[in-house]
Amino acid sequence: MSQQPKPSESAAVAAPIAPKRPSRLRTFLDSDIVYSWQRQPVVILATLVTLTMFAGALFAPWIAPQNPFDPRQLELIDAFTPPLTTSDFTGNFYLLGSDSQGRDVFSAILYGSRISLLVGFAAVLFALALGTALGLMAGFRGGWRDALIMRIADVQLTFPSILMALLIFGVIRGFLPRSMHAEVAIIVLIIAIGLSDWVQYARAVRGATMVEKGKEYVQAARVIGLPDHRILFQHILPNVLRPVLVIGTIGLALAIIAEATLSFLGVGMPATQPSLGTLIRVGQDYMFSGEWWILLFPGVALLLLALSVNLLGDWLRDVLNPKLR
Amino acid sequence: MSSTPSSAEPGAVEQAPDDRNAAAASHPPDGGREPVLCVRHLRVEFPTRHATLVALDDVSFDIAPGEVLGVVGESGAGKSMTGNAVIRLLEPPGHIAGGEVRLAGRRIDDLAEEDFVPLRGRHIGMIFQDPLTSLNPLFSIGDQLVETIRAHLPMNEKQARERALALLREVGIPAPETRLDSYPHQFSGGMRQRVVIALALAAEPELIIADEPTTALDVSVQAQILALLKRVCAERGAAVMLVTHDMGVIAETADRVAVMYAGRLIEIGPVNEVIRRPQHPYSEGLMASIPGLAERRERLYQIEGAMPRLAAIPAGCAFNPRCPHAAERCRTERPELLPAGAGQAACWLHDPENPVARREAPQDTQEATR
Amino acid sequence: MLAFLIQRVLQAIFVMFVVALISFSLFHYVGDPVLNMLGQEATEADRAALRAQLGLDQPVVVQFWQFVVNAAQFEFGISYRSARPVTDLIMERLPATLELAIISAIFAVVMGIVLGIYTAIQRGSWLSKFIMTASLIGVSLPTFLIGILLIYLFAVELGWLPAFGRGQTVRLGDWWTTGLLTTSGLRSLILPAITLGLFQLTLIMRLVRAEMLEVLRTDYIKFARARGLSKRVVNLRHALKNTLIPVITIIGLQLGTIIAFAIITETVFQWPGVGALFITAVRFVDIPVMAAYLMMIALVFVVINLVVDLLYYAVDPRLRVQGGAK
Repeated sequence: MSQQPKPSESAAVAAPIAPKRPSRLRTFLDSDIVYSWQRQPVVILATLVTLTMFAGALFAPWIAPQNPFDPRQLELIDAFTPPLTTSDFTGNFYLLGSDSQGRDVFSAILYGSRISLLVGFAAVLFALALGTALGLMAGFRGGWRDALIMRIADVQLTFPSILMALLIFGVIRGFLPRSMHAEVAIIVLIIAIGLSDWVQYARAVRGATMVEKGKEYVQAARVIGLPDHRILFQHILPNVLRPVLVIGTIGLALAIIAEATLSFLGVGMPATQPSLGTLIRVGQDYMFSGEWWILLFPGVALLLLALSVNLLGDWLRDVLNPKLR
Repeated sequence: MSSTPSSAEPGAVEQAPDDRNAAAASHPPDGGREPVLCVRHLRVEFPTRHATLVALDDVSFDIAPGEVLGVVGESGAGKSMTGNAVIRLLEPPGHIAGGEVRLAGRRIDDLAEEDFVPLRGRHIGMIFQDPLTSLNPLFSIGDQLVETIRAHLPMNEKQARERALALLREVGIPAPETRLDSYPHQFSGGMRQRVVIALALAAEPELIIADEPTTALDVSVQAQILALLKRVCAERGAAVMLVTHDMGVIAETADRVAVMYAGRLIEIGPVNEVIRRPQHPYSEGLMASIPGLAERRERLYQIEGAMPRLAAIPAGCAFNPRCPHAAERCRTERPELLPAGAGQAACWLHDPENPVARREAPQDTQEATR
Repeated sequence: MLAFLIQRVLQAIFVMFVVALISFSLFHYVGDPVLNMLGQEATEADRAALRAQLGLDQPVVVQFWQFVVNAAQFEFGISYRSARPVTDLIMERLPATLELAIISAIFAVVMGIVLGIYTAIQRGSWLSKFIMTASLIGVSLPTFLIGILLIYLFAVELGWLPAFGRGQTVRLGDWWTTGLLTTSGLRSLILPAITLGLFQLTLIMRLVRAEMLEVLRTDYIKFARARGLSKRVVNLRHALKNTLIPVITIIGLQLGTIIAFAIITETVFQWPGVGALFITAVRFVDIPVMAAYLMMIALVFVVINLVVDLLYYAVDPRLRVQGGAK
């Protein structure tokens, strides 16, 4: 109750004098976010898990006992070492066991989540930038650009994004010589997932832009002859960023899952540079033969990552979007 | 528009409640008819994450058979809340936290929900503000009437349909045979409110709670709907609790009026008395601010300040910060309903032993400061 | 009504046209079909002959027209990888995918609606809270992980159900094979169907719940309660009908995604359906199969969209009357 007057207050103050708003908005957001965060143990837990996994991914080269992407570091003789075992041959300790290549599963998970997170973040940024740019153009310019962009968006929305990602992935591969496939897999993945996901951002930004465009301060800015790009970047963009942020928080979880899925399907990261999805695909073969750790630990890692990022995203969306509460 | 017949009617009924009020309005009339509805010390609370809000505080009143009690107040004063509490349709987490509600002598506020359901519609009917949203858009009005009738009365489909037709005819729907299978969106607002009234009356309840029944309607339709409501209730001897913020509606329709402020009932009495000689300073201000009721003056009166939020009701009398007569006692001690004029008012001005002194010419000073 | 229908059909045709254009562009511009089909060793004459045979020496517009005509007759050329007609490949595998998708859809819709209603009506109960929490986990987890977990639990550890494949199938008619008539076929279906349906189930459930809560707050529900209708009548007759209208649309669209998501489930369970065929095609850049699959999925989506629109019309009297008046 007590928070309710605040947004209207700040809006009332901000509307006539153009945006002196972000700082005001941020202080408001911060207090609300902190309050809500403290009240939800699940969210606190999700934050801790997410931070731990982010840190593990970021500092993987320093934490991991082995670089799983470097074939020279793999000890084939240590293949299929169970978890918590010191190898009799090399004396290496395998916290979470090793796989058929003698790859340390723990190191593979650290490096794998590094790729998962990298692809996730990059794909979201790509989709966000593309969607925001197209949305701004459609909303601000209108006319045939608007019609064209929105029709493309409609057709693309007809299909699930994972299917779009698969298709885009296939097409990009078709243009590249086969020998390059493994090298550029990570970039192809980012583009495929990003391209499959821009529509939501574009739609939200277009809607917000059209609302913002109709407001008096934008009209006033136009009347005094400010150039379009200044109106767009200084006045409209800051105001449409909020819905974009909301979508982005959920988008990260979806992008991580999309990457894992593509890699699992065998059309993502190659086995020489495994992401979590690739590790699970490889591990699936050993499910029946008793080497459960090769599948289980990457599976748990992905489960924790997807779940906690998703929970955080859900929570952030609710906090950033008071209307939904 | 139909002010002549409706102003004549209250005059006829006025006598009974008048006498009773003069004696003791908060007790059932002895010997005479038992009140249809008897509300005592009703308290409704809304627990929120910060504090528990008291939406209704110590509300007591009666409604006699065939009587129309108007309930007025600003929005948020607790008028609708009172109606919702009586029929037990409070939005959670709101709940009745104290007091009692009796329907024809039988206590109903402590009934289990499944025992209360059959009372709704059968003994207490309710009419909401907005006829556009009160009817389910996906069911024909015939369906909605028949299901209501059959929920309460032992009738088969055919009999219920007959009754539905009769009801529609009664509330003035032209050619009801052809309209029974129409959907709500095919009716105008006024016609829909007629259907809503038919639905509320379908099982002949003794008490009708009408929550702003005409607010959402065109002014031209309002008087018709009020006249209809009054007529059908009078014919059935049903009592009406008419919740509205519109004193004009009350003046035309009600026998007695209850004034609410910040979740409390602050004055109750015969409608003409309260309008002409309000006893509570808030009622005085309220009456003086109504264009049709106040004598001609340069500008309408306006009470300084605003009604407190439920989270910040002052100690003592809830009206004390805005009251021109407020004394020290008003800020510490909460007044009960005390006999005042022809009714009762919750104000220390009317304390029989030690009344607070009136300050002179409050309205002029108020106006001078503006 | 008719105008509305025509408009929707035109829209559907437009979507199909765009998808056809994309499919054709894939075929035409991604890689060299002749090179793909003949390999590096073929002579120039062989290539020219094939080029002429495929019509690749014609102008692009003519080729596109030919492509559309062929597509309308379910002709999509020869798979680069297996050198067999794409139509045959798809037809062989279509029954497996359709059976899986339909069973999953029924599972998801029935359970989703039932659980959605339950969690909306019994909002405070611990079972509702448990279901909601579980559903959040369901939405958060990648489908393939759920599949693997189910396999691990029910096939590897408990040994109750088969881990992969379609079990025994029975041939019905010319080309349809069904797994629904044998015990092993039915047992094989359980885990994939749950895996595929789970995500849609949680989605439908949350949607039904949110929509129902919204409806339960409306005036007409309050008025229905004030009229003394029983809780059951209010919830299941009034609230449910109003809830289902917006839900129908989304459920329809979700059913379309089931066929697309079958790609993942089929890979996890080695289910011999078109999804697995498509994945192989993507992996080996088998353009004709990709194009055909794309067209097929588009057709499914477009048809579902049309059906949803019609259903919408049938349920909501407001639309019906407006349409009739026009």
